[in-house]
Amino acid sequence: MTDPADLDALYREIVLDHHRNPRNSDAIDAPTHEGEAINPFCGDEVHIKIQLQDGGIKELSITGVGCSISQASASLMGEEIKGKTAEQITGLAEQFNALMSGSADSMQSDLDVLKGVKRYPVRIKCALLAWSALDDALSS
Amino acid sequence: MSGPHGFDIDAIRKQFPILDVEVNGHPLVYLDTAATSQKPQVVIDAISDYYSRSNSNVHRGVHTLSQQATDIYEETREKTRALINAADAREIIYVRGTTEAINLVASTYGRQNVGEGDEVIVTAMEHHSNIVPWQILCGEKGADLKVVPMDENGDLIMEEFDRLLSDRTKIVAVVHLSNALGTINPVKEMFQKAHAVGAVTLLDGAQSAPHMAIDVRDLDCDFLAFSGHKIYGPTGIGILYGKYDLLSQMPPYQGGGEMIASVTFEKTIYAELPAKFEAGTPHIAGTAGLGAAIDFVNQVGLDNVAAHEKSLLEYGTERIGSINGVNLIGTAKHRSGVLSFVVEGVHPHDVGTVLDSQGIAIRAGHHCAQPVMAHFGIPATVRASFGMYNTTDEIDRLYEGVQQVFEVFG
Repeated sequence: MTDPADLDALYREIVLDHHRNPRNSDAIDAPTHEGEAINPFCGDEVHIKIQLQDGGIKELSITGVGCSISQASASLMGEEIKGKTAEQITGLAEQFNALMSGSADSMQSDLDVLKGVKRYPVRIKCALLAWSALDDALSS
Repeated sequence: MSGPHGFDIDAIRKQFPILDVEVNGHPLVYLDTAATSQKPQVVIDAISDYYSRSNSNVHRGVHTLSQQATDIYEETREKTRALINAADAREIIYVRGTTEAINLVASTYGRQNVGEGDEVIVTAMEHHSNIVPWQILCGEKGADLKVVPMDENGDLIMEEFDRLLSDRTKIVAVVHLSNALGTINPVKEMFQKAHAVGAVTLLDGAQSAPHMAIDVRDLDCDFLAFSGHKIYGPTGIGILYGKYDLLSQMPPYQGGGEMIASVTFEKTIYAELPAKFEAGTPHIAGTAGLGAAIDFVNQVGLDNVAAHEKSLLEYGTERIGSINGVNLIGTAKHRSGVLSFVVEGVHPHDVGTVLDSQGIAIRAGHHCAQPVMAHFGIPATVRASFGMYNTTDEIDRLYEGVQQVFEVFG
């Protein structure tokens, strides 16, 4: 059961801002890795291109279509992973999964603004979509 | 509120126990009947009574309970025959639902009669269940799937249908009432034209069966598919109607018990209709529920249901369509049961979550009709769909819910 406070926690102003003004949406010149994730049930899409240099993400571009949660999560993720190594990203992905499943209450990062999603089980896959796209890119 | 023909909405609502449920602190407003209808108490009781008092297998026991189960099973077949005005109860085949019914026809009649260079015609507003089975068949046989396009309102372009028909057309499979748009298609006219070129016709009645009377002999459809759960009955039981001569000549769909006359390791002789298509122990409890649902629908009267839902759709179109920032999707001349719309700047899933927080159940998504979404250039819609139990007050709640969406996403 949800109450109005849950709805406010889901649609935090910062989340809606990332949805309206997604960060890192411009194309990049020399991507080394590309990936995408599509949710066949709702048609949401996230496409990601990254340029890895010296083991770290130097540049990235994220585009997509879909609900506010899937697109805001992609934008927030992009901000978080910039400059990080593949190993650090694996750690972040695990922490974010834990935040969504409710097994952790905070990951001490800006991604915490998405923790309201865990009260909406059907929306968790929206928040995780970008991370699938990232995983797809890094394993490409 | 009482309708013109003694349609008493309060009395009807009382028969659906789920309508008393609260969702997220609000009385439930169920506007997702196109996905599945709610069940009246008589249907719930029929299933419970069957398991409590008559449970047994059909057609094989000499004992009393087996006879009772068989009676229930066959009585529902007769009720279904009467519902759709089929000539013979043996033309009624139990399946799991519309999807299985269409797959059955594609895999049996289709495999037997569609060959290389032949064509199967569907429309641009089909549910995936009336696209994919034909795609599989055409892929297997080297046949072509042709699609009747629609216009910007969601009406089929009939001139294009006329143009597609030829002596290569073997099957014309058409949705009666679009689940995504609410469009009612001119199927009687289409079937006449299909028959004129020698094609066989299939009507997808999943959405229309609960909203209007279907007369298979008046429409002259060769096959009709529909689901129990959309006509106030249980899930897991559905109907394939087929003309007797066609069904007789078709090969079986699944092999097993119940569908045979005799078996040796050298040769199996198939049972007569309808058993030939009902291999294995069927969903007997489902037929008990479906029989109760048909009685219930007959008691209310499909004409009364249609009139009530027409007034709901008119009210909803006016009320929701008048909201600034809301665009209705699908404005065909003849529509029923479905109000599909988009809210500018807000994804349907977000609309769905905000509405759910107020106890309003709608469907947000592509409604298993991605080609329809592509036609309108949108990924998804919000779909409010109506059943006999919905009220104008509930449409007012939806109106207020949409205002709330604007507040959140403003």
